[in-house]
Amino acid sequence: MEKMSRVTTALGSNSITGRTMFCHLDAPANAISVCRDATQVVVAGRNIFKIYALEEEQFVEKLNLRVGRKPSLNFSCADVMWHQMEENLLATAATNGAVVTWNLGKPSRNKQDQLFTEHKRTVNKVCFHPTEVYMLLSGSQDGFMKCFDLRKKESVSTFSGQSESVRDVQFSMKDYFTFAASFENGNVQLWDIRRPDRYERMFTAHTGPVFCCDWHPDDRGWLATGGRDKMVKVWDMTTNRAKEIYCVQTIASVARVKWRPERKFHLATCSMMVDHNIYVWDIRRPFIPFATFEEHKDVTTGIVWRHQHDPHYLLSGSKDSTLYQHMFKDATRPVDKANPEGLCFGLMGDLAFAVNESLISSDASRKPYPGGDRRYPFFSFKKANPTEQFAHVSSTLSVFETDLDSNCMDWFVKTAQLYLLSGKPFTELCDHNAKVAQELKRPQVSTTWTMLRIMFSEPAPGPNQNLSKLGSLPLMNSFSMKDLGSVMGPEGRLERHKGESRQDNIHLEPGNSHISNNNEENEETEGSDGPTEYMFGDAELDDDDLYPMEHENQAVPEEQVYTLPPEAFQLRHEIIDNPSAPEHLQQDKADSPHVSGNEAEVTCLTPIETVSLISISQPLYSPHLHGSFFCPIVREMLSHYAEQGDVQMAVSVLIVLGERIRKEIDDLTQEHWYMSYIDLLQRFELWNVSNEVIKLSTCSAITCLNQTSTTLHINCSNCKRPMSNKGWICDRCRQCASACAVCHHVVKGLFVWCQGCSHGGHLEHIMNWLKNNSHCPAGCGHMCEYT
Amino acid sequence: MSEEGIEVPRALASGPSAFIPAKEMFTEGPNQDMLIESFLSLGRVDHLAMVMALHPSYLSCFLRTQHALFELDGPLPRDWRHYISIMAAARHHCSYMVQQHSMAFLEAGGEESWLSGLEHAPTKLRGLQTLNKLLAHRPWLITQQHIQELVCAGAEPRWSLAELIHAVILMAHTHSLCSFVWGCGLNPEPDHIGGHTFCPPSPSHIPHSPAHEDGRQELADGAVEVEVLMKRMVELQQQEEECTQEEMVTRFERERSESIPTAVVRGAPPELVLNLVEEPEFRYEDFAPRGEQSPPIMRAQDYSWEDHGFSLVQRLLPDMGQFLDEEFQVVSNLTYHRMAMHEGVDTYTLRKALWNYIHCLYGIRYDDYDYGSVNVLLERSLKVFVKTVACHPEQTTAHIYHDFWRHFRHSEKVHANLIVMEARLQAALLYTLRAITYYMR
Repeated sequence: MEKMSRVTTALGSNSITGRTMFCHLDAPANAISVCRDATQVVVAGRNIFKIYALEEEQFVEKLNLRVGRKPSLNFSCADVMWHQMEENLLATAATNGAVVTWNLGKPSRNKQDQLFTEHKRTVNKVCFHPTEVYMLLSGSQDGFMKCFDLRKKESVSTFSGQSESVRDVQFSMKDYFTFAASFENGNVQLWDIRRPDRYERMFTAHTGPVFCCDWHPDDRGWLATGGRDKMVKVWDMTTNRAKEIYCVQTIASVARVKWRPERKFHLATCSMMVDHNIYVWDIRRPFIPFATFEEHKDVTTGIVWRHQHDPHYLLSGSKDSTLYQHMFKDATRPVDKANPEGLCFGLMGDLAFAVNESLISSDASRKPYPGGDRRYPFFSFKKANPTEQFAHVSSTLSVFETDLDSNCMDWFVKTAQLYLLSGKPFTELCDHNAKVAQELKRPQVSTTWTMLRIMFSEPAPGPNQNLSKLGSLPLMNSFSMKDLGSVMGPEGRLERHKGESRQDNIHLEPGNSHISNNNEENEETEGSDGPTEYMFGDAELDDDDLYPMEHENQAVPEEQVYTLPPEAFQLRHEIIDNPSAPEHLQQDKADSPHVSGNEAEVTCLTPIETVSLISISQPLYSPHLHGSFFCPIVREMLSHYAEQGDVQMAVSVLIVLGERIRKEIDDLTQEHWYMSYIDLLQRFELWNVSNEVIKLSTCSAITCLNQTSTTLHINCSNCKRPMSNKGWICDRCRQCASACAVCHHVVKGLFVWCQGCSHGGHLEHIMNWLKNNSHCPAGCGHMCEYT
Repeated sequence: MSEEGIEVPRALASGPSAFIPAKEMFTEGPNQDMLIESFLSLGRVDHLAMVMALHPSYLSCFLRTQHALFELDGPLPRDWRHYISIMAAARHHCSYMVQQHSMAFLEAGGEESWLSGLEHAPTKLRGLQTLNKLLAHRPWLITQQHIQELVCAGAEPRWSLAELIHAVILMAHTHSLCSFVWGCGLNPEPDHIGGHTFCPPSPSHIPHSPAHEDGRQELADGAVEVEVLMKRMVELQQQEEECTQEEMVTRFERERSESIPTAVVRGAPPELVLNLVEEPEFRYEDFAPRGEQSPPIMRAQDYSWEDHGFSLVQRLLPDMGQFLDEEFQVVSNLTYHRMAMHEGVDTYTLRKALWNYIHCLYGIRYDDYDYGSVNVLLERSLKVFVKTVACHPEQTTAHIYHDFWRHFRHSEKVHANLIVMEARLQAALLYTLRAITYYMR
């Protein structure tokens, strides 16, 4: 950091020289101030009050103002200011509420001059009048601003901020009588020093405290304010209402703001918390700091430009007990590190690309894109402004238009809509999806599905075997068969299976007491997506009986989770506000024996279409060649599809194969695929499909997507205002919102209403009512119709 | 049901608080709407809400904070949030809070075995023990090392800063709430242990609060005390700054080290609670007992809620800072302009003295405050109460509660409790947030 860089700036007779340098203080600084001729700086803090001379190579301690063996709290400074007219005069604001002036011309060691103890609480700020020698202004936590005449023992006037704490006071540079005060509640007030009874003007500048304000040194109307809301705002005060003309968003609360001398649009800021850097902003470029000083290791508490006409030197004090002089030349320029290229997709698949002109011209051999490449010249040239020091980057904007047909994504939408991902046995899903792909003229995808079915489905009878043969399958005979179940016709098995699963469902209910089976209740409550799924997943079946073929394969149990498509769910269910629920449910699903009875049955029943493939695979299929054998290939295939950009295929296969493949692919990749696919689906507004995918996914990171932003904001049906209450009573009109016209209870779910008379209520109640009646249940006499 | 031979339990408590006669509670007019709202949102109105409803403006923002802390989206899962609160409440042997949160914990799908002892909880949660202990009893000892142990890359399992700050707020919130629960003598809810009985009511037992009676005994000379207090408040407001700086420091030291006897030995805490505490013997100790080297005091001007704490919380847990800020503001501005039997009184100095006294007990000093006024305004019995409630809440007795401000309304005593609770919360938060700031540096 100790870079040698000398700059000499001619400023009339006296010139300032120096370099970036620092010195250690004994204690954290709270504020710094510089004397008018820019040769000395005063540093004040809780345990420090010293004057340093600014020499060319280093800081030299000139004077320690903190004298006495046990210094009183008057030395504990929150702020300090060096008089800009009288070079021997300093003022400090003490944390105990005292305002102290110091006269360096005193011969004694203690330079304390005047002591005003009129404030009841901490004084946050002191400010000398820029031209009037004896006028000092203070602003305190107790909500008062006081103006002192240094020739008198007491304040000459007191300005009341109505018990709101004053954070900063600043005399206007140009208007003799005006000063601005900023407050803890976000207001800024303008006062006339002659009229202590009432402020001239007040406006709300920030949400939360306004920590600082600064008048523009040249432009009389401009006031910069910084607040806890992380904003710096520049106000034009010349108009009737203070107008916000610039706004800079920083990353932390703004503790100090100082206009840069000789640069109309520049100001420096530092922050109160977390962020230790000093930023210099060009307010016309609010998104990226013009320059940054990154030397401090703790929050910067005081910044001041060394000379009021020299923009190259900045002094800063910090809680890390250092005092720095920054050379502007040595500042970091974030712009240089910013990425000047821009890339964006248009709505119709056009691609816009902006890049530095120099880069693009060098690439002359570039072939034009077949779809059409129109190059736009950079259209909004800014008028070259000599005061603006930002490097002008002249960019070229290229727009690549896409041929609408070639890049049509219809297949994606159709596929997404038509694919079946769950709810049917595995083989059926594969067949269905293969068919879908076939119809969309995507033979490779279609073949993939067929292959998958063959690889992972259970050993099935050949296509030519008909149902009657099923009872004595040769394949099955090779397994150790235990009971008659296998010889029973498929229908018989199915019957039994159904019976059992129903019983199980009934069993389940008492265990899950929160599942309300009652329709009426379901209407009222809003249920999690869990329970319904859960019941299906958990229908326990006796595998051994139903499914002898499984026996050999028990080593790698296949599990398939059946869920209904989302549309089939009741629309509202009780929201069980439980983030851990999804994992819990999943676990249950994973643990529960799968419902494979169905599968077996369907395998046998479904005629298999792709005869050619089957006939090849049949002889190859040995009973021991289990699905896991193919996993590496399938994994590679999925990665291939994903890399090709067909993440849809990857995810669909992932879901359909479920447990068969899930363990083979690492979670991060899966999550990545899911995210991409869901993102795509949402861009195509396929909300239902995306929701289904989220539900079917097994990554916890994905399933929890459904759990976020589940807040529903409602307006009261009477007064049309938002309901801030948590209950169903509007606090404004004190009525229950949206009562049912039939039962007069609050409708918390689906509300159906007549478009003629606008009365309505619970969907079910209205349906029932209108079965028997033709008039509106509210008794308004309207003939409602329910269709 | 009793005809079918099922024993029907009977609620023991005759009102939400053991200190405040139920009659008084409801004649003092809790704001109906607030209670309705709280009933609608929580499904029940617990004793806590009933007592707080004496100050409806506070109750509404308290419920909002509570809702945000426990229900809204946040870095910690819901069952964890309640478990952290259980851990925190157990430190103060507050079985009321422990049971309230245990119920919520189970509702949120928490593992029941965790409730039988800390050793069943995940290591990550157990890692909070030290912080919990310090936060509850001696927050000034929290340093950036404590934060580092939980957050830094080597720590396993590791806390993220956002999770940690959520946990810290939960713990501090619960600790201070325990102060309120003990300080207002809340009765157990009817479904709590000790809140119901199966014994039939004995005919001779007429439920009444004996404390209630002795609270009204000395009404006559009580009136004089109020007059004196009011006169002092007025004097203080007019008084010009007279004393030296040294005197100010001495006054702070005096308040800080004044020995207020608080150690009343209580019966052992219920088993339910004991299992959830590690090192139950770790308690509040005076910030700086007389004659010992004191840890450095915290200057309110160097780390304040408004300037520093708020920004940090807001940064790590968006919106939470706003809720807490609102709570602090409501409490610091809460006044009905009355004192005991007098109307139109500016109670600012009294409230300020109370607030600063509590911060003083926690070693936070305001440079711009004259601690002499604490001595003038807070009578000894009040100090005993405040110190007990803030530092050893589990030792609060009806006697202490009835002993101070004998002629004041109960709602005013609850107000005092609110100030204790919030001041304590802020003090604990400031120390922890400062440590986190140092860690982030």
